[in-house]
Amino acid sequence: MNVRLYILQRATAAIVAPLVLAHLAVIYYATSRGLSASEILGRTRGSLGWGAFYVLFVLAAATHGAIGVRAIALEWGGLRGRRLDALMWAFGLLLALLGLRAVAAVVLS
Amino acid sequence: MSLHASTHRRSGLWLAALVHRLSGLALACFLPLHFLALGLAIDGEARLDGFLKWTANPAVKLAETILIFLLAVHMLGGIRVLVLETLPWRDGQKAFAVAALAAALVAAIAFLAIAA
Repeated sequence: MNVRLYILQRATAAIVAPLVLAHLAVIYYATSRGLSASEILGRTRGSLGWGAFYVLFVLAAATHGAIGVRAIALEWGGLRGRRLDALMWAFGLLLALLGLRAVAAVVLS
Repeated sequence: MSLHASTHRRSGLWLAALVHRLSGLALACFLPLHFLALGLAIDGEARLDGFLKWTANPAVKLAETILIFLLAVHMLGGIRVLVLETLPWRDGQKAFAVAALAAALVAAIAFLAIAA
């Protein structure tokens, strides 16, 4: 892993960690009230705050996850060079696109 | 396997690194499915609600409990690594790793107690 990816991996970890804590708190709260679409969407629909929270969460997690998958593919899968970077970019973009689509679904729909 | 490899693989911190890597890999596999599930809301509240009703079955609750454990252990293990790399060295790294594992187990059991 080069220095830029190493720093990006740690920086996104520092961003994601408190967001995961908040996400766990929301999971416990929502589950205790009986998880339902109306409960989730009632909280998120039209909310700029939740929208910003989840967009940041998705982008940081997608970046963190893609670099992590790259490290595993390199060390355990033996991938090198362009294939390795292509895998990282493809996985990161897949996560980012699916994640932003999910955010749009719960905030804008 | 070299003597060096077989020795370091008995280390608790090597196991902590392995747990961190495997939990991250499992979360990376799960995330696209999580996003696709939430994306069902595009087709309307009823579609998402139908999916959430399906998740009420015990097998899914157990799978969710495992996911909570994986998320918590990856986050706590990651915080340990961040602190280790950015702050001055502190003894007791194995104890921190065990504490992270224990806290993640508590988080998962607490979720199961709420969800059951």
